[in-house]
Amino acid sequence: MSEGSIFSLILGAILVNNVIFARFLGTCPYLGVSKRQDTAIGMGLAVIFVMTLCGAITWPLQRYVLEPDALARGLDLSFLQTMVFILVIASLVQFVEIVLKKTAPGLYQALGIYLPLITTNCAILGIAILSVQKKLGYVEDIVYSAASAAGFALALILFAGVRERLAMRNVPRGLAGIPIGLVTAGILAMAFMGFAGLGAS
Amino acid sequence: MNQWQNFAKGLWNENPILRILLGFCPTLAVTTSATDAVGMGLAATFVLVGSNTVISAIRKIVPSQMRIPIFIVVIATFVTVVDLVLQAYFPALSKSLGVFIPLIVVNCIILGRAEAFASKNGIGSSFIDGLGMGVGFTLALLVLGCVREILGSGSIFGVPLFAADVPRVLIFVLPPGAFLSLGCMLWLMNELDQRRKRRV
Repeated sequence: MSEGSIFSLILGAILVNNVIFARFLGTCPYLGVSKRQDTAIGMGLAVIFVMTLCGAITWPLQRYVLEPDALARGLDLSFLQTMVFILVIASLVQFVEIVLKKTAPGLYQALGIYLPLITTNCAILGIAILSVQKKLGYVEDIVYSAASAAGFALALILFAGVRERLAMRNVPRGLAGIPIGLVTAGILAMAFMGFAGLGAS
Repeated sequence: MNQWQNFAKGLWNENPILRILLGFCPTLAVTTSATDAVGMGLAATFVLVGSNTVISAIRKIVPSQMRIPIFIVVIATFVTVVDLVLQAYFPALSKSLGVFIPLIVVNCIILGRAEAFASKNGIGSSFIDGLGMGVGFTLALLVLGCVREILGSGSIFGVPLFAADVPRVLIFVLPPGAFLSLGCMLWLMNELDQRRKRRV
């Protein structure tokens, strides 16, 4: 892949096909941990970290184990994809948590409480499956995972900034909380639709 | 609590989307048409009923530290079944739901019911609970899917409602419309609920 297409892959994953605003992946943590900007930054970084690692691990698994004829001739394990990926993600998150705790206590302090939440973040599994469907090479796959996660972090941090201000406003009682959050996200999504003009895939 | 109440709580009081606020990702993503919404709802209902029943059946032999991975494997099994059945018999639906079929695995509603209900109750009640939650989920998706399809593409279940020259509000089938219409729907639910409480 040339440099130009790597650039358009990154741009496409962050802005045009944003994980939240165009693909609707990871909406639960998006609404859940966006009340304050500092927690949003922590969650965003944790997702970038795990999603990149996850891309790096699921690609060889898919290529050398799950694909038809990969492990042994005539053996097609692709139906196990969902099960294998979710188990890999769940154990990866546990593993990252233990390693960080031992080797990088500072980073663990910053990301620690967000890590267990990531297992049920559908963006991780979703991007793992989507990048398999895109049939990317190994390096592109890792770049794509990292860029998608960066898109998630961007959306989360922007939204947290808006929500911090919303918390001080007088919102009609029935609309307060999640409903106004969704309407705000709708307006942000409209703004992101403008990036569709960039045309990156 | 009798079985009818057990079933009906999923429809309104504990509706997973509208009251508990879980499972937003598929709700936002697949409600561009009523057909997709119902397809997703039924697929999730099947997984919910199946996983609730199996988890309730094995609840006494599962060690509690190991329960989450075991629940996930049970859920993933049912999701794989749904995925393969849809691919074989409903290829069009399978294509338009796309990645959201395997993503039923991480739908918080399903693991939530396994943890909160099926791991503590008998097989019969867990079955009914899964069915009620599934139907509540499907109904919420259906309402949102109908609203978005009527406004955005001027049709319902693919059948055109208006003449071709009536303008469509395209934004409702685009991503922003998903957020806006779900936000307004939750607002409406809160208002109705407050009014009901005031009357009581």
